Amino acid sequence: MTRATAGARAAPALLGLLGLAVFALVFEVAPRLGVVPADYAPPTSRVLAAAGEQVGRPAFWAALADTLLTWGTGLGIAVVAGVGAGVLIGAVPFLRAATATTVEFLRPIPSVALIPLVIVLYGSTIRSTVVLVVYAAFWQVLVQVLYGVADLDPVARDTARSYRLGRRLQLRYLLWPTALPYVLTGIRLAAAVALILAVTGELVIGSPGLGKEIDLAQQGGAVPAVYALILVTGLLGVLANVGLRVLERHVLAWHPSSRREVTPS
Amino acid sequence: MTLLRRTLLALGLPVLLVAVWWWASAGSTDFYRPALSTILAAFADTWTWDRVRADVLPSLARLAAGYLLALTGGVALGVLIGGNRHVRAFLEPLLEFLRAIPPPVLVPVFILLSGVGDRTKVLVIAFGCVWPILLNTVEGVRGRDEVLSDTCRTYRIGGGLRLWHLLLRSASPRIVTGARQALAIALIVMVISEMIAADNGLGFAVLQFQRGFQIPAMWSGVLLLGLIGVLLAWGFRWAERRMLGWYYGQRAGRREW
Repeated sequence: MTRATAGARAAPALLGLLGLAVFALVFEVAPRLGVVPADYAPPTSRVLAAAGEQVGRPAFWAALADTLLTWGTGLGIAVVAGVGAGVLIGAVPFLRAATATTVEFLRPIPSVALIPLVIVLYGSTIRSTVVLVVYAAFWQVLVQVLYGVADLDPVARDTARSYRLGRRLQLRYLLWPTALPYVLTGIRLAAAVALILAVTGELVIGSPGLGKEIDLAQQGGAVPAVYALILVTGLLGVLANVGLRVLERHVLAWHPSSRREVTPS
Repeated sequence: MTLLRRTLLALGLPVLLVAVWWWASAGSTDFYRPALSTILAAFADTWTWDRVRADVLPSLARLAAGYLLALTGGVALGVLIGGNRHVRAFLEPLLEFLRAIPPPVLVPVFILLSGVGDRTKVLVIAFGCVWPILLNTVEGVRGRDEVLSDTCRTYRIGGGLRLWHLLLRSASPRIVTGARQALAIALIVMVISEMIAADNGLGFAVLQFQRGFQIPAMWSGVLLLGLIGVLLAWGFRWAERRMLGWYYGQRAGRREW
């Protein structure tokens, strides 16, 4: 590789870093010049200092662990249930036809509508928030799996039938490889939604986690800490997204790249 | 026959589920899980015209304002960013980060910055749901057909014509995808902003019922929120079919071929 092409490849990444730096700089300078009130929008350096302070607090790590637990539990349940239900519904035409309207009706119900319900049923516990996370993430996975199962190649299906592949073998060698890319897309979409709902639940319901810390910091008037914690939730989201993309590429390394990824719906 | 069969398939399960809920909850003495008949009676008593005007309409107005703001802002910025490689590289990591922030956590920050009024809620809805629209517009504009692009250049089609017929048209399937995701987020942020700080609105009312232990009224509020979500999604699908009919037709044609 010549230096010029390496440079051309590195340039976008450098520009991106520059973009982040300019953003940080604007938020450093604007409060200091009084463009925005410094009390409510502290300069970047103070937010970063507050973030450093948070990292030194054991309570922060406990909250982070709680958020990860809520997120992971909810996402795990949603993925298992979504894949199981999706494969079952998708493989049986009658079930597919019979559940279509129900899915269309239940899916758009905003899971935050369930907040008062889970409060009266389970109180300010992690369980309440997990219910919200599962409800929101389940549909993302289910719908992608349904798309995936429907995407079965007719030639491959007929081949499998000609060779009299049994149900189990068809599941393993026909259905699963077709549906896998959709499953992974579903997981990635679900992970983002699950994080939103985990933090939201903590913020509104008061179950332990980063969302609750944000609420406490705001009520205590610790404005830089509020921004620092929001920064952490954003980083968490970026990490999840990048991590799942890497996983996707790794798991699907065998996959003909010509197969288009379904547009997220 | 087929019509009957299709109706049965479409309505069978929902009717069955509601019936099961009705019978299982009939005569319920559990304070927190009232009978469905009680909830429906509470629905009629609670959501009177006065209450709709006081709580539902302000919520929907804020939702509409925030969503439209995000739609216009997101598409405008998306076209600008998507049209230029360097701007895109410059902003991409930043946008990825901003998108990853769960929008409801911004509610406390926006309250600090602009108070607890309607303006805050509209802004926070817009800021929360703009990212899917913006990023999808960027992708859509970037992925425009090269032949069409070159044709535009050859015929020196520029300005408004190029914007409308090339950029927006190429990006429209992606914009619609983003707009659909954004609608779900907007609804979430609307409810959350009213739960955290408001003196009217659906989220406020539902939480108020819960705190006052008016459990049937609370359940009816949850039903109403769900109903609004469903109606918005259906309305969106209707609009999508009308606007993107050409695109689905084109894609179906390509598949058959």
